[in-house]
Amino acid sequence: MFQDVTLGQYYMADSVIHRLDPRVKLVGTLVYMISLFLFNNIFCYTLAAILLIAVIAMSKVPVGYMLKGMKAIIFIMIFTVIFNVFFTSGNNLFSFGIIHISREGIRSAILMVIRLTLLIVSASIMTLTTTPNRLTDGMERLFRPLKLIKVPVHEVAMMMSIALRFIPILMEEADKIVKAQTARGALFDSKKLTDRVKSLIPLIVPLFISAFRRASDLALAMEARGYHGGEGRTKLYPLKYAARDYVSYVLLGLYIILIVFLGIMSARVVAHLTAENAYLSLIF
Amino acid sequence: MPIITDHLTYSYGGKKKSQTAAVNDISVKIDDGQFIGLIGHTGSGKTTFLQLLAGLVKPDSGTVYIDGEDIFAKDFNLHSIRGKVGIVFQYPEHQLFEETVFKDVCYGPKNLGLDSKETELRAYEALKLVGIEDEVFYQSPFDLSGGQKRRVAIAGVLSMKPRVLILDEPTAGLDPAGRKEILDLIENLCKSQNMTIILVSHSMDDVAEYADRIMVMNNGQIALDGAPGEVFRHREELESFGLSLPQVTDALMKLKDSGIPVRTDAITIDEAVKEIVRVLM
Repeated sequence: MFQDVTLGQYYMADSVIHRLDPRVKLVGTLVYMISLFLFNNIFCYTLAAILLIAVIAMSKVPVGYMLKGMKAIIFIMIFTVIFNVFFTSGNNLFSFGIIHISREGIRSAILMVIRLTLLIVSASIMTLTTTPNRLTDGMERLFRPLKLIKVPVHEVAMMMSIALRFIPILMEEADKIVKAQTARGALFDSKKLTDRVKSLIPLIVPLFISAFRRASDLALAMEARGYHGGEGRTKLYPLKYAARDYVSYVLLGLYIILIVFLGIMSARVVAHLTAENAYLSLIF
Repeated sequence: MPIITDHLTYSYGGKKKSQTAAVNDISVKIDDGQFIGLIGHTGSGKTTFLQLLAGLVKPDSGTVYIDGEDIFAKDFNLHSIRGKVGIVFQYPEHQLFEETVFKDVCYGPKNLGLDSKETELRAYEALKLVGIEDEVFYQSPFDLSGGQKRRVAIAGVLSMKPRVLILDEPTAGLDPAGRKEILDLIENLCKSQNMTIILVSHSMDDVAEYADRIMVMNNGQIALDGAPGEVFRHREELESFGLSLPQVTDALMKLKDSGIPVRTDAITIDEAVKEIVRVLM
């Protein structure tokens, strides 16, 4: 019952994107996401989409696999579209009774869907190409300056990687408990919602207990092997930038310059256009 | 309530190519009141086979008939076999969840739709059967000792009054006294209530002593099936599956190899002692 979650999963392949330093991917994704919020017009989104498609092509992750993860957010998408179309005021295109559909509404709905898609695909391409361990390594390194203000960066990173490590174990455990309670007559796949809610307690209580048991076992095992936090701890695989990482940073910089330039330019063009041709302003 | 499996096959990862079947084309018949020992090394498909028998996973092909009914047929209500086939998983104490021991044991019968009087009666009987004292009934199950927890969890299954009881390594992690208690309890259920028992174990000695039929699994198939004495005659085969003979049989075989003319079909320690005494007298 837990096999359908693909959002945030790692997809094993051998590609340039997979080999990139996790720091590059973290910074890149963050900068890319910010760039999506800088401007709100079709030109900038086109440029952003081109970059993303290029990255996807290089990553060797099958598009179908990635789209499977998108299924989870279709509901949010539909919700956004409805809200934008019906609740944005502006020049009315149609109205039936109290429902008004405005030109601005359709425009912001279209742009919002594009923005959401780009955001989610960019985040998922990062998680698809980076193992959770590399991600936490990258984060630990990136946030290291925070140590100066006494933020326990290493400990937080360790907590994250342990949490990630335990997801499959707890899923397996959950599966076992589901089977055991099903054998005792629990109705996990009943059509009635009340049955399903009731059957959650016999699943959640044992799952929590087992999580705590494993946590205390792990803490003991770590202490027995001399773990004492981040002080003076070295890495087995220290992160080192390679040439491709520097190239990526340069490309990222170029992308930012380009999108800012395009944003400013298109703002001027659009201001000019809307005065002359109202229909084109639907998309621009 | 005989159980028949018909070309039962199941593999992890669905019906794709390039995978090995956890359970591969098993057809067996299990009669009422049998005490079956199921052995096999880790990964031989024992646990999957048990889950198929209890209707907890669906086979890729083949099916299971319980009481002559195909339990994987589309119109068959799997919930109806919950009270008939009880399954005790490995470390069953991990499934305890209620505030008190008594409430936890009531969970199964309550799910069967029994009224509260019948539920409580069955819970009481089951707890008595596994040897839990009255004063423990209203304690939290999490405050009990390991062996007690295990027995409470088994009571949680027994309270559903199954006709077939499946146990997956019920003695794992218990001390010798605890092991014997649990195994004696299971044997008693088989003898006094004519319950069909399917016991999975790694320990040849346990299986040899209690079971009246032994199935040996290897690579998802039943490799050997028969009475203990018969199965243990296949020493080389068992060793090739990564299994060893019970210590008693092994000792007798060594005696015979060194020239003492004992018969090697003794299975329990008592039988072996008698046999050795007979030869020496």
